[in-house]
Amino acid sequence: MATTADTFQAHHEDHGHHDADHKPGFFARWFMSTNHKDIGTLYLIFAICSGTLGGIISGVMRAELSEPGIQYLGWWAHMVGSPATVDATLHMWNVLITAHALIMIFFTVMPALMGAFGNWFVPLMIGAPDMAFPRMNNISFWLTAAGFTSLMISNFVPGDASGNGAGTGWTMYAPLSTSGSPGPSVDFAIFAIHLAGAASIMGAINFITTIFNMRAPGMTLHKMPLFVWSVLVTAFLLLLSLPVLAAAITMLITDRNFGTTFFDASGGGDPILYQHLFWFFGHPEVYIMIIPGFGMISQIVATFSRKPVFGYLGMAYAMVAIGVVGFIVWAHHMFTTGLDVNTKMYFTAATMVIAVPTGVKIFSWIATMWGGSIEFKSPLVWALGMIFLFTIGGVTGVVLANGGIDDYMQDTYYVVGHFHYVLSMGAVFSLFAGFYYWFPKMSGRMHSEFLSHLHFWIFFIGVNMIFFPMHFLGLDGMPRRIPDYTPAFTYWNHFATIGYMVMASSMVVFFVNLIYAFVAGKRAGDNPWGVGATTLEWTLSSPPPYHQFETLPVIEDDHGHHGVAHA
Amino acid sequence: MTLGKSTARMLTSMGAALLLALAPQAGMAQPAPAPLASAAAPAVAASPAAAAQANVAPIADKPDASVATPAPGASGYTPMKPTQGIGMPVPGGWKIQEQFSPTGRYAEWMHDAILMPLITGICLLVLVLLLFVGTRYRRKRNPEPSRTTHNTLIEVIWTLVPVLILVMIAIPSITLLARQYESPPKGALTVKVTGYQWYWGYTYPDNGGFEVISNILPDAEALKRGEPAHLAVDNRMVVPAGEWIRLQTTAADVIHSFAVPSLWFKLDAVPGRLNEKRMFIEKPGVYYGQCSELCGAKHGFMPIAVEALPRPQFEAWIRAQGGTVGPQPSAAPAAAAAPAAAPLQQPETAAEKPVVPAAATSPAAVPPATVPAA
Repeated sequence: MATTADTFQAHHEDHGHHDADHKPGFFARWFMSTNHKDIGTLYLIFAICSGTLGGIISGVMRAELSEPGIQYLGWWAHMVGSPATVDATLHMWNVLITAHALIMIFFTVMPALMGAFGNWFVPLMIGAPDMAFPRMNNISFWLTAAGFTSLMISNFVPGDASGNGAGTGWTMYAPLSTSGSPGPSVDFAIFAIHLAGAASIMGAINFITTIFNMRAPGMTLHKMPLFVWSVLVTAFLLLLSLPVLAAAITMLITDRNFGTTFFDASGGGDPILYQHLFWFFGHPEVYIMIIPGFGMISQIVATFSRKPVFGYLGMAYAMVAIGVVGFIVWAHHMFTTGLDVNTKMYFTAATMVIAVPTGVKIFSWIATMWGGSIEFKSPLVWALGMIFLFTIGGVTGVVLANGGIDDYMQDTYYVVGHFHYVLSMGAVFSLFAGFYYWFPKMSGRMHSEFLSHLHFWIFFIGVNMIFFPMHFLGLDGMPRRIPDYTPAFTYWNHFATIGYMVMASSMVVFFVNLIYAFVAGKRAGDNPWGVGATTLEWTLSSPPPYHQFETLPVIEDDHGHHGVAHA
Repeated sequence: MTLGKSTARMLTSMGAALLLALAPQAGMAQPAPAPLASAAAPAVAASPAAAAQANVAPIADKPDASVATPAPGASGYTPMKPTQGIGMPVPGGWKIQEQFSPTGRYAEWMHDAILMPLITGICLLVLVLLLFVGTRYRRKRNPEPSRTTHNTLIEVIWTLVPVLILVMIAIPSITLLARQYESPPKGALTVKVTGYQWYWGYTYPDNGGFEVISNILPDAEALKRGEPAHLAVDNRMVVPAGEWIRLQTTAADVIHSFAVPSLWFKLDAVPGRLNEKRMFIEKPGVYYGQCSELCGAKHGFMPIAVEALPRPQFEAWIRAQGGTVGPQPSAAPAAAAAPAAAPLQQPETAAEKPVVPAAATSPAAVPPATVPAA
């Protein structure tokens, strides 16, 4: 929370607009907010809290998987009120994996990227006083929080015949999620996704309108910072894919409660229809989770190399290309469902195409640093880690894109390794990079550079220990979503659990750093990062005034310095 | 105890009749929780013939996977002992399981010889470039940054070269897909796999339509039989080695997935849908797999064991199950041409020769079967 904003007075604009810093009372300010920075802060705190819960759940999972046999599941089943049966114990595993994924995807990564960093910095970067629809912005946040509550409720009511909680996987395939889960738990989980989805759709509308209409004079689309481009592309992906998810899960609700048979063959329906609808959303969803990260990496690499991003147009349109092509590759998640050969060949080829614009971005970041003057502050260190680890995740994705090869890897730990590399390392590293980059701006305090570097190295070692061996497990034949395994898989599972403990200890460093920053951190100036930080937020105080840019800045033609302010 | 051959056959066919009469109920009933401690759940569905043979089968150590010789007086089938590391995961393994089918070998080659070197090279290239720029252009060594933001040549290169690399990957990839989708030859054995919560059923429509129900063995029992824990089953899917097999999958309740890594085979088992792919097992042996689509509480506890036998032993096994073997050219293609719709209502017995008692030829896994006069 921006506790230091009250005392900060001087800033560049708004001389004589003394009410620029007048804030509402506590309840109005935090529960009825119409301020993009405060809403961003709410999202950030929410994301950190739910990410911690999602991470604890994965710790429970790794503890169980450390050795063959079932050790701890019974206790967790008891915690959510399930009966003490074998089935309920094993069902708890499915509840854990479902909750872990839903929390991390819908209530951590998406709120952090779009809700927190998008809301905080898109208006600042385009020179706007706020978002286009400030009140709808607040609705988005509170709907997200309500969705999270519904998901938490789902864990404590009956899921299937055996125990409490939704045990369908985050993908909720029918018929397991319809006739296979007769209790109300899956209904609560679906409701959670409906709420979060509605929140994101409204957020997308807000971002698109803001970016198209509220850029400061002189800031053409081709002069916007790349982070704003990334949020714009992501907003379109959200707008177009989430309604399909909403349709799919509504059809689950009606199949479950109102006698329809969309996904029930005995009534003329088709379970595979659900998969098509889900993955039509599901694939753009994974780009939704990474493209804003790409935007932040671009800002950070440029800042700490003191050099503009190489190939600005290529970078912007690579993101557009990834977004567009991302809509026509969904069935690579369905390669083993019994697709016909031409369909499988098409989706193989289309999926491989996405590697091209992604490669352009990786090479462009390297070219940005080439010839630059690089200072290894912690945001850049996290960004470099992201670039390398995301590349690893990306290439295992190229392996999986081949439909005939995927017949072996589908539903094995190879896939789990792949997506955790692109998410726990691609998305999460860019989140930490963005966090350390913008924390001084948001809070007005400097965090400890030493602690952030320490956080980085321990986290880097930890996550690689967890997820690299998963490729081995997948190649050796270990399926996903199982709580127990044949002893041949013990070695790498045990290794991965140790990696989890390493990663978890690094998160202690993170929280210590946060506390240190608020208790003893130096006050942050307008621009702690030097001449490389050329976007508009660095012209404002840290933290910015409650209302900024009530007089719009004017962006002059700066010969390719995109989004740079000349005060 | 030894049984006379005719007594054994009578018991077998009574057992088969029991199995077939009750298998539909077992398939349809709400699956009773199959406690891991019990080896026989659902007890009624375990082939009594196989159970009898399990008692007779040599439990003592037999380290190699030589084809089991039938115990004296038994109906001619003893489950083969697996070979360590063949058809199963390797402790601490980090590679693809050894392959035993032609498409599997091709796919493994494509992964190990084309994909792996390529992705390793790309990751190393990016790492080296990052380390280089980080060192060469760090602030101390390069205090003045350049202003270069474009270079058309390099941008073209790093767009076109990946395209060429992807085309090079696509050629073997499309070839692999084409091979995987070839149809099995006419007269190939058909096996229909049905996924249940939480066990498998293997139906042999060409051989009388009996169904073998396959449950996980408790760890202790698996180890006693010299099989890997968590992968061993009571009744395996037995098929002939060295022949193309038409493998069909479906499910009785939720989506499951039939997978055998060492045969590079995975095909979802979807209720209301009949999927089909051909399978070829080069040599006799035991090949394990696990259900590969989340299907409820015991998704991780419904393994697959495929036993490939030379043709004579395979036929002996068929007969031991109460099935029929023999040239039925008109029956085989008709039975095999199972349309995608309503897979569970195939009247497959139409052309079967009634060599065994009528009950044994009823189509298996069909909701209360109205047995046509065989």
